[in-house]
Amino acid sequence: MGITVSYQGSWLVAKLTGELDVATVPAVRAKLEQALVDKIPAGLILDLTDVTFMDSSGLGFLLGRYQRLAESGGATMIAGAQGQVRRVFELSGLTKIIPQVQTLAEALKAVGGES
Amino acid sequence: MADNTMYLEFPSKVENVAFARTAVAAFVSQLDPTMPELADISTAVSEAVTNVVVHAYPDTEGPVAITTKLMGQQVLVEVKDNGCGIEDVDSVRRFGTTTCSQERMGIGLSLIESCMDHIDVQSQVGQGTRIVMSKRLEQQRGGFGND
Repeated sequence: MGITVSYQGSWLVAKLTGELDVATVPAVRAKLEQALVDKIPAGLILDLTDVTFMDSSGLGFLLGRYQRLAESGGATMIAGAQGQVRRVFELSGLTKIIPQVQTLAEALKAVGGES
Repeated sequence: MADNTMYLEFPSKVENVAFARTAVAAFVSQLDPTMPELADISTAVSEAVTNVVVHAYPDTEGPVAITTKLMGQQVLVEVKDNGCGIEDVDSVRRFGTTTCSQERMGIGLSLIESCMDHIDVQSQVGQGTRIVMSKRLEQQRGGFGND
């Protein structure tokens, strides 16, 4: 499991790769939390394009970051979820809470950045 | 294809959750499931084993036993532990119920129910928990080389 973070304007983009489960979430959460401590963004885009598996541990991680951003008035967006990841995201009902778009390019367009 | 059975036992380490779902998915693959069917079974196994790691043995490690049976197009997976057990099984089957505060959503069993056709949970406090879940694969399409 990997995570790379970058800024697109005032939005933090976190690109996740690999599998999100109970074993991998703690390290990913720690790295993202550090980035959120370093600088409070206007919003967070979680790019799941290269996430190949996610279960409820991963869903808890997504919801936790959404709540974290919401506390500081920031928005969260999910981009690129597909296959099993998309199905689990939709089954959980989180789609009613966290907006999702098909691709990172769409997410960046929505927040006014470059693709 | 003749019926087939696989038995796995491993300690309740978080690292073994991925092993468990991958091993079961590899075994089920001999029935030539669709990708969504295989993904659903992987999700269900991941949730069941995560429950054991997080809830059955919260402060220690213990054995997790998985039996996977293939009977025709029916896949049956049993996940068993000797952990602390569940006092009220009906309550934990409700969406959003969790005894943990660490960003856990409490939807593990609900996800299993969504991904499988049937789930049965039996538990005794102090004795352990046994989850049996089954799914019928939609089509008989043969193994490798057959469409």
